[in-house]
Amino acid sequence: MSAADARAAVETAYRTEKRRVLATLIRLLGGFEAAEEALQDAFAAATEQWPRDGIPRNPHAWLVSAGRFKAIDRRRRQARLAGLLPELAALAEAEPEPAMSEHIRDDELRLIFTCCHPALAPDARIALTLREVGGLTTEEIARAHLVSAPTVAQRIVRAKAKIRDEALAYEVPARAELPARLDSVLRVIYLVFNEGYCATEGPSLTRTDLCAEAIRLGRLVVELLGEPEALGLLALMLLHDARRATRVDAAGDLVLLEDQDRSLWDRRRIAEAGGLVERAFATRTVGPYVLQAAIAAVHAEAPSAGQTDWARIVALYDVLLRIDPSPVVALNRAAALGMRDGPGAGLAAVEAVLGQGGLDGYHLAHAALADMQRRLGLTEAARASYRRALGLTRQPAERRFLQSRLTQLAENLPGDGP
Amino acid sequence: MRYACLIYYDPKTLFGGSPEADAALDECATYDVTLKESGHFVMGEALELPEEAMTVRVRDGKMSAVDGPFMETKEMLGGIILIEARDLNEAARVASGHPLARVGAVEIRPVVDFSQPRPEL
Repeated sequence: MSAADARAAVETAYRTEKRRVLATLIRLLGGFEAAEEALQDAFAAATEQWPRDGIPRNPHAWLVSAGRFKAIDRRRRQARLAGLLPELAALAEAEPEPAMSEHIRDDELRLIFTCCHPALAPDARIALTLREVGGLTTEEIARAHLVSAPTVAQRIVRAKAKIRDEALAYEVPARAELPARLDSVLRVIYLVFNEGYCATEGPSLTRTDLCAEAIRLGRLVVELLGEPEALGLLALMLLHDARRATRVDAAGDLVLLEDQDRSLWDRRRIAEAGGLVERAFATRTVGPYVLQAAIAAVHAEAPSAGQTDWARIVALYDVLLRIDPSPVVALNRAAALGMRDGPGAGLAAVEAVLGQGGLDGYHLAHAALADMQRRLGLTEAARASYRRALGLTRQPAERRFLQSRLTQLAENLPGDGP
Repeated sequence: MRYACLIYYDPKTLFGGSPEADAALDECATYDVTLKESGHFVMGEALELPEEAMTVRVRDGKMSAVDGPFMETKEMLGGIILIEARDLNEAARVASGHPLARVGAVEIRPVVDFSQPRPEL
């Protein structure tokens, strides 16, 4: 084996094992800072020793063990003044790692739960998860959030200090605590996904990475916990991701679901998501993620937009509305109703939702209203609603879409305008 | 990425003879070795006090040189270390390990990556 092979092996291990080695070291050493130092030391040792002694059979176990011994060395050096020796002895005697893949994955899950701890500020949870679990750099996270790198660094530093000072447990929570804690984890994963999915500006490569990382984390939670809402979230992300290529056209404009080229949808992902939704429904405890995934699955499984099972979609929205009685869900239900029972019923439903207040400043509510009015031939009213919607959004792709609808109305009915 | 860690301190405090300051100065001698072992070290130099310095400016093609930076603040730039780190958080962690961070302050400045566009101000 050449030195070049060994160097390549260290680089591969750095790419593939770094996050998992860190997760295990945090558990063994009891803190982020010590674990990060140990991780660095372990890879420095690998760079030196692998070319000389050969590549270890299990790089993960080697790196964990090297990192642990380096940490012990480091503390021994620091301990010459303080009375740290008892703690040192405990660390040195700690059970050596059985290099079981199950343990390694448990460590990663523990890390997610710690990074998404409800005691941390919400934006800090996302930054910490992306950096510690996702392996993104502070600068990459800053670019994705359009904030400065020192801001992200501060959030991470404060969050780590809080984890240390309040001694937040590095563990997967007990069953009784799980629903509330899992909620925060799923929310962070979904935010990571949406950041990758919804952004229309910025370097597209990083964004795709965010989607892939969110799906990886979603899978991890599903494999280790199998909770229905975790299944639902993974299904929902897979269904969005399956349609990614058709969501925006070559010019970067939004393409509506009904106009997307269904032959380009990723059938494997749709089938996998369908299976996950069925598994979740079989547990008979459905939450918002499962229902949203079920709705997305009905859309994805329809051979054409015209063959969409709107009755099923309305029924699913009815259940979702009972769990999550938010105006946005009510608006989506009203739009689906307009597809099932015609634009007249849809218009009445959308007007009823708008009448309850709370959505007056939401551009999509006025766009939905305009859509019903357009289909009923109420051109003037439709035009006013599109203008209203246009005044409420600054998102370039959405503005172009609304503008094109306005233009179409003017072209199709030339005699009708002012 | 590379980061420059600029070490600032108040000379009156650092060379004032307190046990904390003396201990920090002792540890400085071995800190380069620690950084080399962890793979972060690129280069590092301690700087003489500003009394030994001069400042050069060129305006309208003419050079003017004056002694010292005449800083208003008590803390002065006392050393620079160039490190290689994964990101700003890692650089901050490394910099926080510098003994003089306990007596003075360390400013961490990312080194310019010339493949990126210039900043817009």
